[in-house]
Amino acid sequence: MGRYIIRRLLLLIPVLFFISVITFALAHAVPGGPFDREKPLPPEVIANLEKYYGLDQPVWKQYVDYVTDIAFRFDFGPSYRSRGRSVNDIFADHLPVSAQLGLAAIVIALVIGLPLGILSALKQNTLWDYLGMGLAIFGVSVPAIVLGPILILIFALALHWFPVAGWGTPAKMVMPAFALGLRESAIIARLTRASMLQVIREDYIRTARAKGLSERVVMVRHALKNAFIPVATILGPMFAALLTGTFIVEQIFAIPGMGKYFITSITNRDYPVVMGTILLYAVFLVLANLAVDLTYAFLDPRIRYT
Amino acid sequence: MATLLQVKGLKTQFFTQDGVVNAVNAIDFDLNEGETLGIVGESGCGKSVSVLSLMRLIPSPPGRVVGGEAWFQGRDLIKMDMEEIRSVRGNKIAMIFQDPMTSLNPVLTIYQQVSEALELHLGMDKRQSRKRTIELLDLVRIPAAANRIDDYPHQFSGGMRQRVMIAMGLSCNPQLLIADEPTTALDVTIQAQITDLVRQLKQEIGMAVIWITHDLGIIAGLADRVNVMYAGSIVESADVKDLYADPRHPYTLGLLHSIPRLDAERKTRLTPIEGLPPDLIDMPPGCSFAPRCRFAMEKCLTETPALETVARRHTVACWVDVTGGKR
Ligand SMILES: Nc1ncnc2c1ncn2[C@@H]1O[C@H](COP(=O)(O)OP(=O)(O)O)[C@@H](O)[C@H]1O
Ligand code: SF4
Ligand SMILES: [Mg+2]
Repeated sequence: MGRYIIRRLLLLIPVLFFISVITFALAHAVPGGPFDREKPLPPEVIANLEKYYGLDQPVWKQYVDYVTDIAFRFDFGPSYRSRGRSVNDIFADHLPVSAQLGLAAIVIALVIGLPLGILSALKQNTLWDYLGMGLAIFGVSVPAIVLGPILILIFALALHWFPVAGWGTPAKMVMPAFALGLRESAIIARLTRASMLQVIREDYIRTARAKGLSERVVMVRHALKNAFIPVATILGPMFAALLTGTFIVEQIFAIPGMGKYFITSITNRDYPVVMGTILLYAVFLVLANLAVDLTYAFLDPRIRYT
Repeated sequence: MATLLQVKGLKTQFFTQDGVVNAVNAIDFDLNEGETLGIVGESGCGKSVSVLSLMRLIPSPPGRVVGGEAWFQGRDLIKMDMEEIRSVRGNKIAMIFQDPMTSLNPVLTIYQQVSEALELHLGMDKRQSRKRTIELLDLVRIPAAANRIDDYPHQFSGGMRQRVMIAMGLSCNPQLLIADEPTTALDVTIQAQITDLVRQLKQEIGMAVIWITHDLGIIAGLADRVNVMYAGSIVESADVKDLYADPRHPYTLGLLHSIPRLDAERKTRLTPIEGLPPDLIDMPPGCSFAPRCRFAMEKCLTETPALETVARRHTVACWVDVTGGKR
């Protein structure tokens, strides 16, 4: 198992290499540069800036410098736009915010999604099922850009339960976490229901009933663990996406997270920020998928990694 | 011998989109204590559904036991409430299933699965149930049982898994063990081993057994009595030796002709019964075997034959006496 984990982590190196080459190449292929303005800067100024940031070097040299800085000093370089701030500073400021929000959203997604899916499956074709799946369809089809303002209207402006927007207190986290997590909870609920419905038709469930076990024991002990295996698959990418920030919700609720910063960096051509975020997302994705695969091994004894 | 199980008019239907499937059509049979009953018939004729009905394990929806009684030790299984039937399942009546590859839970260890019934019905604690699980695995001849009880099902072969299923079935010393085609999914050599095992265990323990199969050949050395089922009905019922020596139903004759014989010439072809079993949704009047029956006459198409006694402990549902002459 230990060797398996190390192998998977080593696999990160080619993955990151590949992603960094592509993002770097794309950044340089797209027309326009980081110092384009409405009113063009004087050429001397641009030349100075490019020299300062090393952009006058050949592209391959820029790439090598960029990668060696990251690899050996964990330095993602300076931001082109935020004067005097490095990409590392920006990550340090904004990433924890997104991660906290993402974590809260995941918790909400699981706490709502799993029981809802299980309940719908067990009470298939009853009011509970229709209610649960109705809610799930609502969750999937209403985007955060609509749900966010609705939440604000109802729970902040009308009921005054939560502050309208902002960051820093638990109360401020509730609505954005819901806006983020509801959609994911809907996805989890639907998958859990489908998986559960399949599992309760399995032969071993009949075997369990034939032993005289109560329905509760049959479900909890024999069905749930099996039903959760496919659900674990989608949690990996979901985790990675939520932890690295989500632009729309952060925008709506004025949250100083990474998602918002990332999008602004793209429009500003702040390539070091863009590339750094993408690389970090890749790392999260690989780690999250690794965590999922380890969860598999925990859930399903047929899966063993060597 | 005392009667252990008395089934009267058991009728089970499935209410599907295509219509009502008459899976079991009012069957009657008795089973004595310690007796082995074979239920034989082609696939889809209602063998599984009839025993699952007794255990009240018919998936509902779409299925339901719509009528009949099943008296077991003075109580009607069909009328029991859920709590009562659960106290019977796995305790007084145990069941093992066709496919050992899918009938064990892949994420629980053998110990976890065998011990459940012990703790539930016999109130054993962990230490007792562990000891008893090892004994049971020894009983079904699983080598090195003590080292293997914490293994998972996928670490066992098909034959070994079926042994685990049998151990599970025997765990609470049931009065009745129902085996639903327990060897159909296994290799021929393993089939013989499992059949032998059950025969030996039955002698040691003395429970009654219902053994379901579509292969009359297996039943010969195993059962005391045989019910032949066709299209949801019992068409012939007899002591096993009478069934082989003096088969009375055209369908039974057909089944007997399709058993491979060891003493036959290599080249003699087996003669499976031509045609297919009827659709159980729209059952025409008359004998359901008529379209495939070489004895069929006018009457067979309009009137359904009922089980009638033709010899001692031998009943047949057929208008024709296949030994010659009409009835
Ligand atoms: N869950 C179900 N839904 C609908 N029909 C079913 C179901 N289970 C069994 N049946 C029908 O009941 C009939 C008898 O099935 P079964 O008892 O399993 O046959 P077998 O004799 O092979 O064990 C079959 O025609 C089958 O189509
Ligand atoms: S009743 Fe008629 S059709 Fe049915 S088995 Fe007997 S002879 Fe054949
Ligand atoms: Mg069957």
